[in-house]
Amino acid sequence: MFRPKTGSVTQELELVAPSKLSIDNVSKSFHTATGNVLALDRVSLNVNEGEFVCLVGPSGCGKTTLLNIIAGLEKPDSGTVLTDGKPVTGPGRDRLVMFQESALFPWLNAFGNVLFPLKLKPNLSNKDRRDVAKYYLELVGLTRFERANIHELSGGMKQRVALARALAPNPRVLLMDEPFAALDALTREQFYGDLQTIWKERKKTIVFVTHNVREACCLGDRVLLFSPNPGRIQEEFHVDLPRPREMNTSELATYAARIMRSLKQQAATTT
Amino acid sequence: MRRFLSALAFFALLIALWQALYDLKIWSPVLLPSPVQVVRYLQGAIVDQTLLHSTIITMRRLLTGYFFGIVVGLPLGLLTARWTLLRDTLGTTALGLQTLPSVCWVPLALLWFGQTEAAMLFVVIMGTLWSVIIATDTGVRHVPPIYPRAALTMGSKRLHIWLKVILPASLPFIVSGMKQGWAFAWRSLMAAEIYVTILTGFGLGQLLHFGREQQAMEQVIGIMIVIVLIGLLVDKTLFSPIERFLHRRWGTSQ
Repeated sequence: MFRPKTGSVTQELELVAPSKLSIDNVSKSFHTATGNVLALDRVSLNVNEGEFVCLVGPSGCGKTTLLNIIAGLEKPDSGTVLTDGKPVTGPGRDRLVMFQESALFPWLNAFGNVLFPLKLKPNLSNKDRRDVAKYYLELVGLTRFERANIHELSGGMKQRVALARALAPNPRVLLMDEPFAALDALTREQFYGDLQTIWKERKKTIVFVTHNVREACCLGDRVLLFSPNPGRIQEEFHVDLPRPREMNTSELATYAARIMRSLKQQAATTT
Repeated sequence: MRRFLSALAFFALLIALWQALYDLKIWSPVLLPSPVQVVRYLQGAIVDQTLLHSTIITMRRLLTGYFFGIVVGLPLGLLTARWTLLRDTLGTTALGLQTLPSVCWVPLALLWFGQTEAAMLFVVIMGTLWSVIIATDTGVRHVPPIYPRAALTMGSKRLHIWLKVILPASLPFIVSGMKQGWAFAWRSLMAAEIYVTILTGFGLGQLLHFGREQQAMEQVIGIMIVIVLIGLLVDKTLFSPIERFLHRRWGTSQ
């Protein structure tokens, strides 16, 4: 059978250039029972190619909204989002999202879940798709569980499958919405190491939403502190620590303490 | 094996009890034939092929009507879940008509279609349709919104989301609706066949009816047993495997 040359696995697994994100003057408000909430107020932000940026802040500060807007799942009221200079008009395979709950499909097993986005990719033979899915399951360390049903996996394993699923179509940007919030501390710390390794290996631009300040310092090149009502970027921190970073070092604790101070000040002024 | 043996022992006991009641001669043998008489009737009906023909006719009516009921009901259920206008109109109609015992369609079907196969088909479809619509509608509305959202980010578009995300996600509901539809269709078809003789073919219900007319109790009981066995067979071979699969995949019970 003829297979197009463009569909070879090696080509599919080749590194794609990570995207540069330009968010310019983005505003978004929601109507709620208590009135209008300005979730994002003229937020501007640039994320460089291959940069790991963490958005932290209290709940309701619009960080998840910003992530959804970058993903194209929500439209801003005003302002623009560009990826590599092109405006975002809707969801796209170049920007994949990893949600807080795994959002894995329970009617498919682990392998089927990773295969799902690949089946939507044209110019690939089915064998290539399976090989690619296998590669990513191995990358997240779940080869042994490829036949497992979703409910049989632990919380950490589910998020590993979700990570593999998000990586599988080889996106340029990975958008992560508190992906480790529901995991226990031990599983989470293991994840920090693995995620840094995978990020280095697969070269993605990552925007990572969390309310865990230490987590943000451990993972991010840059940490952006958001403030709520209206949602704005209050402060920016560059984390200049060598990688891979360990969670429990005094250097990291110093960074985290600085951010925590700002966060507490913010809470004191807003209440 | 152990489970099979205990089930076997149970049914053997049941038949022994029946035989004992027969031997005691409390009721006239016309009203309560012995198991042997029933078996002898069934043997005869198998040999002269009346049982086979009737079963084929009944199953053909049932499967055809059931098939149409699902083919029409499933898309309608998807539509009512998608558009509020359809939910308020068709959805409410379906809910109302589902509460109507499907036997109640028989008089109407007879007047509309006469004593024809179409009347039978109509009754079976009415038994299936509403359950399937309601189950599909409920299933779709229970799909967590995060599934279609996740699919969107992976490049899935409208029709693909419906076929590959929303439909499979609502499968547990749809299957239970199909099972209910099957039960309703089966019951209403039996009622229709007992109620009315249709010359294009005598189904199991009709054999039951003739048994009563000829006061042939062994025929009545024999056919009842056949009807029960068919019901069991369908459940064990058709629905049970699907339900087991769903339970295993979703991790619900068992």
